[in-house]
Amino acid sequence: MSPLKVAVDTVGVAEATPDEKQPWAELGLKEDEYQRIREILGRRPTQSELAMYSIMWSEHCSYKSSKVHLRQFGQKNPKTPRLLAGIGENAGVIAIDDHVAVTFKVESHNHPSYVEPKQGAATGVGGIIRDIIAMGARPIAVMDSLRFGAIDHPDTARVLPGVVDGIGHYGNCVGLPNIGGETYFDPCYQGNPLVNALSVGVLPRERLQSMQASGVGNTVILLGAKTGRDGIGGVSVLASATFSESGEDDARPSVQVGDPFTEKLLIEVCLELFDAGLVVGVQDLGGAGLTCALSETAAAGDGGMHVDLELVPLRAKGMEPHDILASESQERMLLIVDPAKAEEVLERSRRWGLLATEIGTVTDSGRLVVDFHGQTVVDVPPKSLADEGPVYNRPIAEPNDLGLIAVDRAETLPRPTTDAEIRQTVLDMAASPNLCDKSWITEQYDPSVFGNTVLGAPHDAGVVRLDERTGVGIAISLDGNGRFARLDPYTGAQLALAEAYRNVAVTGATPIAVSDCLNFGSPEDPHVMWQFERAVTGIADGCQQLGIPVTGGNVSFYNQTGRDAIHPTPVIGVLGVIDDVRQRIPLGLGRTGDTIALIGTTAEELSGSEWASVTHGHLGGVPPKVDLDHEMRLAELLSRLAKTEQLAAAHDLSDGGLAQTLVEAICHSGLGAQILLPEGADPFVYLFSESSGRVLVVIPRGQELAVRSACEQRGLPITPLGVTDANTDGLHLRDHFDITRAELEASWKGRIGARLGE
Amino acid sequence: MTARIGIVTFPGSLDDRDAARAVHLAGGEPVALWHDDAQIYGVDAVYLPGGFSYGDALRSGAIARFSQVMDTIKAAAAQGMPVLGVCNGFQVLCESHMLPGALTRNAHLRYRSRPQRLRVETGRTAWTNAFPDGAEVLIPVKHGEGRYVADEATLDELEAAGRVVFRYLDNPNGSMRDIAGVSNEAGNVVGLMPHPEHAVEALIGPSTDGLGVVASVLAHLSEGAAR
Repeated sequence: MSPLKVAVDTVGVAEATPDEKQPWAELGLKEDEYQRIREILGRRPTQSELAMYSIMWSEHCSYKSSKVHLRQFGQKNPKTPRLLAGIGENAGVIAIDDHVAVTFKVESHNHPSYVEPKQGAATGVGGIIRDIIAMGARPIAVMDSLRFGAIDHPDTARVLPGVVDGIGHYGNCVGLPNIGGETYFDPCYQGNPLVNALSVGVLPRERLQSMQASGVGNTVILLGAKTGRDGIGGVSVLASATFSESGEDDARPSVQVGDPFTEKLLIEVCLELFDAGLVVGVQDLGGAGLTCALSETAAAGDGGMHVDLELVPLRAKGMEPHDILASESQERMLLIVDPAKAEEVLERSRRWGLLATEIGTVTDSGRLVVDFHGQTVVDVPPKSLADEGPVYNRPIAEPNDLGLIAVDRAETLPRPTTDAEIRQTVLDMAASPNLCDKSWITEQYDPSVFGNTVLGAPHDAGVVRLDERTGVGIAISLDGNGRFARLDPYTGAQLALAEAYRNVAVTGATPIAVSDCLNFGSPEDPHVMWQFERAVTGIADGCQQLGIPVTGGNVSFYNQTGRDAIHPTPVIGVLGVIDDVRQRIPLGLGRTGDTIALIGTTAEELSGSEWASVTHGHLGGVPPKVDLDHEMRLAELLSRLAKTEQLAAAHDLSDGGLAQTLVEAICHSGLGAQILLPEGADPFVYLFSESSGRVLVVIPRGQELAVRSACEQRGLPITPLGVTDANTDGLHLRDHFDITRAELEASWKGRIGARLGE
Repeated sequence: MTARIGIVTFPGSLDDRDAARAVHLAGGEPVALWHDDAQIYGVDAVYLPGGFSYGDALRSGAIARFSQVMDTIKAAAAQGMPVLGVCNGFQVLCESHMLPGALTRNAHLRYRSRPQRLRVETGRTAWTNAFPDGAEVLIPVKHGEGRYVADEATLDELEAAGRVVFRYLDNPNGSMRDIAGVSNEAGNVVGLMPHPEHAVEALIGPSTDGLGVVASVLAHLSEGAAR
């Protein structure tokens, strides 16, 4: 007789031993949560069931602290016929036209990327790609938003190269172009770096897939990699708790290990199966592995499923049922298939060299039953795992220091006054970690596979062609600003939304949808919950006003070490559509003799700015004002001017203000810029203020009047600033100073590698 | 008649669609070939695209070399059929001993992608006859294992025989003698690390110089047909 049979905790054993002590607290469950499980089952849970509840009821899977606030998205989302699938699905799906849809989502992999940077970041990319496949789409691009501690901190030299290597390794090998993103440094992320990965995919509308396990008698197939011991406890231990201050807990075994080659096969096999109409339901296995996929598909479908767990192919010996159910081994998908078509599914998988195994059947029992070598180890109502987890309305309290911070305004800080000082500030800012050239990072990513990347890094947004015949394409930007959100989470979240929206518009595309990744400290801290509530409200209100829906996203809590939480950091992804990518507006300076102008208004807004941070290490005051109505008119203008081809180039103003925008435009083109600031303007404020809603545009000769009148019609202020000039070496700021191209490039380029000691 | 260019898909091939687009834009007919099928369906030439065949397990290109289709391609190449290997395809050609040398980890140990300036050293191959000797072109590189190495005698021999086909103008990976691409003795088999298929449209790539590579083989084939 097998020794396993003695050890396994079956339903029968659980019924016979009601008083057996169980490690619910160690698994992260609260006492009342454990009691609720006993009530649901009418007995104590088996070891496997306890593991499943602890995972599905974790913060990461159940959204138990955020749910009450996230409801706002559903309540305030503008109604649009474009939205084919929204919040609650693996990823939101947006119609592009009558035939084609796009699906996109941003998700965090913060905790694993700190513990094991390369694999943590790599599997973050792998996970978001599978969400896209699960909707029936072919993934077509990835993007990432990264935040690290101080660039000079020794641990940043461990985390950053590992994260970049992981993102590059996975994305490059699986064959997806990386079309941009952002990288920031701030000491608040030292022990809690943020790795937010976005993927976007395209599908014919009729190929949209569902996660329902429907059709009694249908076969449940596990596709992809074998199941091992990696990632056990990933969601409940890693992602749903705070790192301890001692830093002694070694959580590396909780991090999964990725294999992008298998993922590439998984993409090709899944799409082939979808196209052949062989799949009834599909769900990816990510955080929470089989536990999540089985309970979610069963709960969404006809309500029952029977699984024989010993059929799951394993890559480690001696795995017990609860290990198999909890494993977060990567590159796996669960398929629900008509039994008559099962053989064809297995055959097509074999052709690609991918493992596919029948492991169970859809039932109408209303129960998820899991047997292991003929013994029942799980017998639960699947909805109790997937949909009926605990919901907490946690205490909220405005932070005590908010008033003090608001009056500590950066506008009162000492500032450069002479031309020589301002000139030096332009160079110092261009060389600072958040503003300097990021090509040390982006060169490690493949930007061009598929041959459809129209704009990639360092453009404001990535632009991808969907159809070579019509030229229709999409634009995506991913933006956040933790400092602004720390000063005022409502406004800070809206500033991030406005920036991502504007970055999409700057390419000539029309913004149509939002995905968000909400990175915060511990929800058990009422101050953090206050930040969270304000940020969510800001996004929901903002999207309502802009008329674009939030289609999904992810919440990452517990980004804190001991009592030190990160700045609240909502990262916003905005998706836009452009009718013809040939009309996209690029970065740069156009042709010599073109006019440079600024659309928008510059106010004295320096609080939370890059300048205050770089030169004074200061964070205080109130963030810049947001005017979403202005942003909508600006976006409409840019889309119009793209269609009429009346702009040669455009570039958003954000971190570092006008000075940084000019530096980037000059470094990206072969031309120089002659700039004359408006009369009466304070050169320092004009160059470094971070007022929102501004875009630098380059207008081809002969179009100045038309562009000016288009701005006036929309009530958008436009200020001519100068001309582009092939004979000007770098930046000529009339009446103030000159900076040569060589000086600009020496400051701006090569900084990241040098400061990491490479 | 339109020349038919076979494009092999190995498990893990990534730029196969891009290669097909390049062939199409240059006026050829792309034909999909499968790694596990020994047939090459009478194609006139073969393009081995970039990617990570078989996950680059063991070494880049080491397993692809043993695929069914490679046996057929190797035999056809010996009869003069033009074969181009790009990036992973170049690695496969070296592993198959259809080209000399090997491609090792970049000297700086990182993957690097960027538009790359190159010199076409010789127009006397099936894949470069559209370029004058010494032409400068701009074609993207993207790889982690592209450092070309061979023993000094082999390098001298390649140089003397005019078999160094492409040379980097600012070496991105530490390749010996700045070598970006080489050919076999007959000039019908060429391998290079840069990706011609990513430089075929003004809107998307840094140039359209990659079209010349496919145009060359089409010219080579029609010349052969006329003879």
